[in-house]
Amino acid sequence: MAKITYIEHGGTEHAVDVRNGLSVMEGAIKNNVPGIDADCGGACACATCHVYVDEAWREKTGSASAMEESMLDFAQNVEPNSRLSCQIRVTDALDGLIVRLPEDQH
Amino acid sequence: MATRVVIVGAGHAGGSAAAFLRQYGHEGSITLIGDEPHLPYQRPPLSKAWLKGEATEDDLQLRPASFYEEQSVAVRLSASVQSIDRAARQVRLNDGAAIPYGKLILAMGARARPLPAPGVELQGVHYLRTAGDAEGIKSELVPGRRLIIVGGGYVGLEVAASARALGAEVTVIEREPRLLARVAGEALSGFFHRYHGERGVRFVLGGSVTAIDGQDGRCCAVILDHGERLPCDSVLIGVGALPNQELAQAAGLPCQDGVIVNEQARTEDPDIYAIGDMTRRPLPLYGRTIRLESVPSALEQAKQAAADITGHKPPAPETPWFWSDQYDLKLQIAGLPFDVDGLIVRGDPSSARFAVFQMQGDLIQAVEAVNSPAEFMGGRLLIGARRPVSREKLADPAVSMKEVGV
Repeated sequence: MAKITYIEHGGTEHAVDVRNGLSVMEGAIKNNVPGIDADCGGACACATCHVYVDEAWREKTGSASAMEESMLDFAQNVEPNSRLSCQIRVTDALDGLIVRLPEDQH
Repeated sequence: MATRVVIVGAGHAGGSAAAFLRQYGHEGSITLIGDEPHLPYQRPPLSKAWLKGEATEDDLQLRPASFYEEQSVAVRLSASVQSIDRAARQVRLNDGAAIPYGKLILAMGARARPLPAPGVELQGVHYLRTAGDAEGIKSELVPGRRLIIVGGGYVGLEVAASARALGAEVTVIEREPRLLARVAGEALSGFFHRYHGERGVRFVLGGSVTAIDGQDGRCCAVILDHGERLPCDSVLIGVGALPNQELAQAAGLPCQDGVIVNEQARTEDPDIYAIGDMTRRPLPLYGRTIRLESVPSALEQAKQAAADITGHKPPAPETPWFWSDQYDLKLQIAGLPFDVDGLIVRGDPSSARFAVFQMQGDLIQAVEAVNSPAEFMGGRLLIGARRPVSREKLADPAVSMKEVGV
């Protein structure tokens, strides 16, 4: 279980508990956090679950696969800390994770 | 008083509409009515990860049961709607209950198109639309079992790939001379034919099923129009889907292979919206209307309806897109191949990493990308922007997708 804080583009924070094994994207969808669309349900097929990982957490969340990199390459407003949240698996090690959401996923 | 919203259909579209309404600040009541016994779940994995046992029922569920309580969404499952009374603004359920609405969202989906052949009622013959259907198929996919799949579309090919992974013997029968005939170009059809063939799937192309033979109430063979008899243990029929539009039609709402809606997902009745697979929707990018069977389109329309009801900013128009997973292949498609006058293949199909661009002059109308996310993402942006491209650069995989626009 990890407490994850999702911060909307406008600044609204959502701190929710997400169980291990789910993705950071699923944690948002299941808790009705707005701003993550996840059109493809986590198949790494759409890049609509783009998040910015808080600098302090970049190492623990790992790095993007080649597939994810290619998808991100064409997403809007990509930064060095951009990830697709469907590709980040939740473990105890991510307890306290903070991610920020872009203004728009499309 | 805040508006009462009633949503008929608790699939991906209906469940998402309820969530978007709350996200956009709707304060009135929301009632979500579904005829299946399940809370809204994802259908795409039913033929893929779920069938192979890589996803659980819990994974399929869109949101946990607590979500509906916390968001004050009243859910009525295993309940079907018998009629819509537009004058009285209420829907009537099969059990006689009348549910009044201020705004009604129809999200009733589509159903599997029946195969017009004797024998389809036999045990062992399946369609795939619901979690219940998938459960029935899954129980039969064991090593050595002979499965015949009628229909070489996405459902058929995805089940073929999953069934091979589970060790079943698979034969696909397709009426058209090629696979994916309705939805993909010839280059892609040929690629999938070869790829499945190399993994042990047998194909009968240009063959129609005239009957399914049974023994003791269970299917045992499929009879083709040219007389061939193919023995089997199970049959999956995947020959397309029909919109569940009868209720809307009976209520006098205009339908034409789908309930006709506008860009706000509204029907002719300003208090009734329709979203998802059951609708015929405008596609401004291509200047026409179409019925799309896809999750992204359903989500876009769920946002359109929720935005219109709440006065929220409408979603930006999207380029239609689709995906399919088969074996280690990730197929991603953007756009639709309308008015195409040429094809550009980028990459080498024999490497299982390539993209086919369907062109109209210098404009990309659609891209079919196999294990090529950059081609899919780049193509999707270029399609949406109606931006012309250099055909030479597009054909050269050494040129980045970011450099092909002119």
